[in-house]
Amino acid sequence: MAKELLKIEHITKSFDETVILRDLSLTVKEGEVLVIVGPSGCGKSTFLRCINGLETIQEGSIYLDGEKINDRSANLEKVRQKIGMVFQNYELFPHKTVLQNITMAPMLVQKKPKAEAEKEALSLLERVGLSDRKNFYPRQLSGGQKQRVAIVRALAMHPEILLFDEVTAALDPEMVREVLDVMLDLAKEGRTMIVVTHEMSFARAVADRIVFMDGGNIVEEGTPSEFFDNPQTDRAKKFLSTFSFDRIEKKDEYAGNPI
Amino acid sequence: MGLTDIAKMLADGTKDTLIMVLLSTLFGYIGGLPLGVLLSVTDENGLKPMPALYMVLDIIINITRSIPFLILLILIQPFTKAIVGKSYGTVATVVPLTVAAIPFIARMVESSVKEVDKGVVEAALSLGAKKFTVITKVLLAEARTSLLVGVTIAVGTILGYSAMAGIVGGGGLGDIAIRYGYYRYETEIMIVTVVVLVLLMQLLQWVGTLISKKLDRRRG
Repeated sequence: MAKELLKIEHITKSFDETVILRDLSLTVKEGEVLVIVGPSGCGKSTFLRCINGLETIQEGSIYLDGEKINDRSANLEKVRQKIGMVFQNYELFPHKTVLQNITMAPMLVQKKPKAEAEKEALSLLERVGLSDRKNFYPRQLSGGQKQRVAIVRALAMHPEILLFDEVTAALDPEMVREVLDVMLDLAKEGRTMIVVTHEMSFARAVADRIVFMDGGNIVEEGTPSEFFDNPQTDRAKKFLSTFSFDRIEKKDEYAGNPI
Repeated sequence: MGLTDIAKMLADGTKDTLIMVLLSTLFGYIGGLPLGVLLSVTDENGLKPMPALYMVLDIIINITRSIPFLILLILIQPFTKAIVGKSYGTVATVVPLTVAAIPFIARMVESSVKEVDKGVVEAALSLGAKKFTVITKVLLAEARTSLLVGVTIAVGTILGYSAMAGIVGGGGLGDIAIRYGYYRYETEIMIVTVVVLVLLMQLLQWVGTLISKKLDRRRG
């Protein structure tokens, strides 16, 4: 059995009076692809941000490789190098070229020589089909290209785990595919990934395990076929029904209120 | 006074004004840039919120900025004298100009740095960057267009202040305009002096805009 890479125990997160995550526990094994789904505002994104310390938690513990990472004494810079994150809005550095965006952290944070960092960046860009864009600035790229560069930027740090925070939510539909293909590729390679997404068919294809969150906690979890074909809880059923029966619900609505 | 004398006087005045303005801008940024960065970083939404420190700095800057420049000029004369040995002339004027420029520049730097997208800062943090690296390599680098626009505004404002310093014998073009135009009613010299000031301002603005456009990677 693969070892536990990330272990989250009873974490609680609140902003002022509002509780976002309540007593949430979760374990991710090495090489596992975990997909988190759930309604907007259920705390999925906040959960991801808590893992790499972009948000602080009030209670509970987070362990990476057996090491507690949410302590004051933990070296957050070191920890974050092991946790790659890709954001919904790409967050590329606008004044840096594609290549500079990718090599900046390896050079400044990991003190890699420029030549080595660039060589690696180029081979990663090659993999996502963007080596011809290395000298472009972010504004010259499409959304899908930006997101692929952002994925490469995270990969260049050799993280042990990758977090994807609704990375296709800001994309035009035809660009979603190119980004998801890169992610599928990474999953096949055996990368440990936590993916927050609203793309249900992608979730089904890529996930080893699906976690359904609502109201700041995990409501249900299981393999993709368990979750999608045979959801156990009413809340999960209701959530899934919004995807398959969206159009029919609307018809009903109009039937009741003729325009 | 012959035409050549007037021309020489104006040329010297322009040189003095440029020296005053550029030195004051330089010293103003030496003080104002770190202060502005500190303000943006310690703000409640900043990289390292420190509400007490922010409040103290905020109040000091507001007080300094509320003092009219002419009053400040006179108020700090003893300080100016202690630094340069006299309280009048071109070099002496650099002191009050710098004192007035620092809080003003700090505010502009603060607002430029705050314009940097918070998401980009988070991306840098998520890559394991230390806060100091984020400040130097992300915040300042990404704010550069706005910072340069700020430099242009700062130079223009200091140019305006430097002319005011003429009232207390500050030297430069402002001094000439006041001595000849105001005290001696030689309107022509005053007008010519003002025209030179206008041209200087235009030139600074033009160069400033050109440079900031050149360095902006967000637009084509």
